[in-house]
Amino acid sequence: MNTQIIWTAFLTIVIKEVRRFSRIWVQTLVPPAITMTLYFIIFGNLVGSRIGEMGGFDYMQYIVPGLIMMSIITNSYGNVVSSFFGTKFQRNIEELLVAPVPNFVILAGYVIGGVVRGLMVGAIVTLLSLFFTDLSVSHPLVTIAIVFLTAVVFALGGFINAVYANTFDDISIIPTFVLTPLTYLGGVFYSISLLPEFWQWVSQLNPILYMVNTFRYGILGVSDIDIGFAFGMIILFIVVLSAFSLHLLKIGKGIRS
Amino acid sequence: MDVALRIKGLQKTYDNGFKALKGIDLEVKRGDFFALLGPNGAGKSTTLGIVTSLVNRTSGSVSVFGHDIVTEPTDAKLCMGIVPQEFNFNAFEKVQDILVTQAGYYGIKRGMALERSAHYLKQLGLWEKRNDPARQLSGGMKRRLMIARALVHDPKLLILDEPTAGVDIELRRSMWEFLQNINAAGTTIILTTHYLEEAESLCRNIAIIDKGEIIQNSSMKSLLAQLNMETFIFDLEVGLSEAPKLKGFVSRLKDSHTLEIDVLKSEGLNDVFEQLNRDQIKVLSMRNKANRLEELFVSLVENQKGSAAP
Repeated sequence: MNTQIIWTAFLTIVIKEVRRFSRIWVQTLVPPAITMTLYFIIFGNLVGSRIGEMGGFDYMQYIVPGLIMMSIITNSYGNVVSSFFGTKFQRNIEELLVAPVPNFVILAGYVIGGVVRGLMVGAIVTLLSLFFTDLSVSHPLVTIAIVFLTAVVFALGGFINAVYANTFDDISIIPTFVLTPLTYLGGVFYSISLLPEFWQWVSQLNPILYMVNTFRYGILGVSDIDIGFAFGMIILFIVVLSAFSLHLLKIGKGIRS
Repeated sequence: MDVALRIKGLQKTYDNGFKALKGIDLEVKRGDFFALLGPNGAGKSTTLGIVTSLVNRTSGSVSVFGHDIVTEPTDAKLCMGIVPQEFNFNAFEKVQDILVTQAGYYGIKRGMALERSAHYLKQLGLWEKRNDPARQLSGGMKRRLMIARALVHDPKLLILDEPTAGVDIELRRSMWEFLQNINAAGTTIILTTHYLEEAESLCRNIAIIDKGEIIQNSSMKSLLAQLNMETFIFDLEVGLSEAPKLKGFVSRLKDSHTLEIDVLKSEGLNDVFEQLNRDQIKVLSMRNKANRLEELFVSLVENQKGSAAP
């Protein structure tokens, strides 16, 4: 297929996605800004001042990378799951299916749309954090890479959730019962070195721990885990989730009868 | 390539075991205006769904202008535009954005997409609404929006699944004129409709599908030639108490002022009027009881039911 057609179709999906979440910015961009500001005030300032240092940093400095990553994860996931399910629900997925758009372009378009929203919210939260603490970046390349790759992983997760979802309830079950607990237990607010050995081992089964800590390493230069292993794991996740998503598109799961 | 659409041995069995298509064969010539008719649940939408990649086939093959929809999906899809039965655009998007986005899916860059969308929005009387969210359009406008969207990449084959359902007569006729114009300009059109008058007025060739099988596939002319009797309704000036005895014709009184007469195609109406004049029955107006195609359609589907009965 002509690469110009593929590129135009890809850009069209991305632009459509960005236009969608920008049009409803009060629902998509403002809530995470308010929530994270409350986290900064309550956990960072009020509670954090009594906790003192963690990992050699002010508690506020310690939790900022985790909170930024948390907002990137929930928004990249949330964008794709709600947008793709909405497209299925309104049946305008048919606009894409009748057009000569290859499956990998459909997947890439939706994933990058989710990544853009995740990064945009991440940038907003980062700017807000500057009102509460100084932020310097220790390892810029690690920071950029981990932010992008994490957003891709969760955008893919959102896509798979949307493919399987039949009702609006189905798109909130995974974020509520899986994503939020894993994020809170992924070292956003604490170092796992504070936990008993058994719970440290359990925490290491949580993939979000690796993402939060790699991002924290990029910003602060400290981490509870091996950075190389974290990148390897995330790339493996992306490969597996992409292959599975493409398989679902190929068989038409949830979109073709 | 003189064949726009070729379907061979197409079968579809849904997961629940329902056989929607039982091996249909169909050919639509380039430039044709083709009607695919059938009662509800006959398999029309399933057939079109498979052709347009919205439904997975069980077996058989479909090619569009020589491109197999499975082995050459890109080339096949570039040739086709589809107007589905139900509204399936994003109701929150602006009218012109819907068209520009659809053009983008076909690889048309934004500048060209804006030009083409403007062209079709103007042709279909939607230009004034281009910046309105689609949900604010009336039912007829939404139908026209779907036609504009299907045409924005200039397809060689346009497939319309009941495009005028729920559209008022005036608008329906203007849509017919629009479709006749684009067909005259070279676009092959396949139409499903429940308005048989629509199929009779627009289409040159016709296939009738029932219970997943093609029960009739011919030119409209030869199909209508099969009709050997028509029923006419006469509105009378003076009421009658019983139907007049007309030699060679069967007549029935529907009410005192309305007379129904069956006329064989070979006989013509002159003899009917002569006999009515003789009996001093004054006719105010006259019309066909039903659309000619409708009569044939009903009889074909009824025959099929009869032959399928145990």
